[in-house]
Amino acid sequence: MSKELEYFKSKTDMIRRDIITMLGEAGSGHPGGSLSAVEILSSLYYELMEKGDKFVLSKGHSAPALYSILADKGYFAKKELMTLRKLGSILQGHPDMKKTPGVHFSTGSLGQGLSAANGMAIAAKYDKSDQRIYVLLGDGELQEGQIWEAVMTARHRRLDNLIAYVDHNNLQIDGSCVEVKSLDKIKEKFLSFGWGVFTIDGHDIKSIIETTRKAWQVKGKPVCIISNTIKGKGISFMEDEVGWHGKAPSKEEVELALKELKGVE
Amino acid sequence: MNELIATRDAYGEALVALGESEEIFVFDADLSCATKTEHFAAKYPERFFQMGIAEQDMMGTAAGTAVMGKTPFVSTFALFATGRAYEQVRNSIAYPNLNVKIAASHSGITVGPDGGSHQSVEDIGLMRLVPNMKVVVPADAYETRKVLEAALEIEGPFYIRLGRNPVPVLFNDDYEYEFGKISTLTDGSDLTIAATGIMVTEALQAAKLLKKDGINVRVLNVHTIKPLDKETIIKAAEETKLIVSVEEHSIIGGLGAAICELLCEQRPTPVVRMGLNDTFGQSGSPEELLEYYGLTADNIVKRVKTVLA
Repeated sequence: MSKELEYFKSKTDMIRRDIITMLGEAGSGHPGGSLSAVEILSSLYYELMEKGDKFVLSKGHSAPALYSILADKGYFAKKELMTLRKLGSILQGHPDMKKTPGVHFSTGSLGQGLSAANGMAIAAKYDKSDQRIYVLLGDGELQEGQIWEAVMTARHRRLDNLIAYVDHNNLQIDGSCVEVKSLDKIKEKFLSFGWGVFTIDGHDIKSIIETTRKAWQVKGKPVCIISNTIKGKGISFMEDEVGWHGKAPSKEEVELALKELKGVE
Repeated sequence: MNELIATRDAYGEALVALGESEEIFVFDADLSCATKTEHFAAKYPERFFQMGIAEQDMMGTAAGTAVMGKTPFVSTFALFATGRAYEQVRNSIAYPNLNVKIAASHSGITVGPDGGSHQSVEDIGLMRLVPNMKVVVPADAYETRKVLEAALEIEGPFYIRLGRNPVPVLFNDDYEYEFGKISTLTDGSDLTIAATGIMVTEALQAAKLLKKDGINVRVLNVHTIKPLDKETIIKAAEETKLIVSVEEHSIIGGLGAAICELLCEQRPTPVVRMGLNDTFGQSGSPEELLEYYGLTADNIVKRVKTVLA
């Protein structure tokens, strides 16, 4: 890591504040899965990704976390965040590459992002470019059949320029992933499909960065980094609560949440 | 007798010619012998991507390469390209308006013996519904090449509907093809037959037969179904007072429906739609099926005479 942990902490706190504020303003959206993905996205955008690299947010409902980072990086004005989900906004409810500067692929309908990332990785390899392609998958999303078609493609084509993170927070809309449709043995599934696999704490920036660098060294196959996370991470009353998958916080809840996040004015 | 060439064969050959461009990638889902992408695969193996039996993944992967500046041509049977992978085509290709060309073979009922499960009678309708998608149905081998050139020139998603069976070559270099512009093949003032794809041949034959009875038919080759050439349709409606649409597709959602949508708003005119009448196909030889579902020149003649009587 080239930056201190405090640097990342200031960023992840900022992103969490943005998520809560944006969703409160929008009146709808997905706080749970946005908050669980904050550290993975921060590691990518503030440390790992280089010019020309591509990122696909397959779990498109985590868009608020991505938008906060893109605004912070100067792709558009920070004040745009308050237009999320509103008519005419450049910030759609789910990422739209034609509307939002910095978004590399339009996503939201689950199960489609890995195929697109594979396509980017295939093209980069054909061009003999050293671009890396990153994709963030949700765990519930692994229930889509297309994901496993794409898992086979990535292995068949030996896409070692592709790294997939699974934001493994164990919850989906209708309940826990175990109750809805068990994802039993995700690691073994990816291993048996011939991928390189690492398992990490998805809220540990140092671990995300170090493991990703290890993944860069894996040759001849794609790598999946199963990132164990907590849905709603960082807001006590949202953590591990299935009800916060797709519900905006009320005014009072926004205030409560912001109080919990340091640096609130 | 005209030479017979299937539009899928013309596609396979044209693709090889276009393949000189380094940006062209070709994808297939275990049907390269049938879709004729095998020729491209043999010549440019490094730009041919065999995706296995996984059409949804194929559409998304092609979309990813388009983001990187490639021009992917994606091929499989029409049913799988539009039905199996509908939402991938919609969300991963058309919604971001990516430069992906979907060249779908084995369309309509002339797939024949494989039966209703493999016959696409709703693909034009499905693709017409998708914003940003252009929908093109070449009538012969010559037009297939022209359509591919247009698809390369025009940025954005294209649906190109191809057929399995050999069909007469109708056109040559004298024929003026323009994307988005209906070509009027015969002039006439008694009625208009608007046909698309392999039905153009039947329409021309029907016009010949009707002429013997003193009925002058204007035959339109609607190779571009979306965007529809409104001017030519409205002109035909004004000048001939009756339009018969003929397509190897359901009468719901396809060419006939597109014409009706236009005319009922802009120039109410009687329209007779010929096609599959809200039914699936079944096993049979292509010739038997066209006869059974009323899609031959003789059937068109009979229908026209009934309407005019």
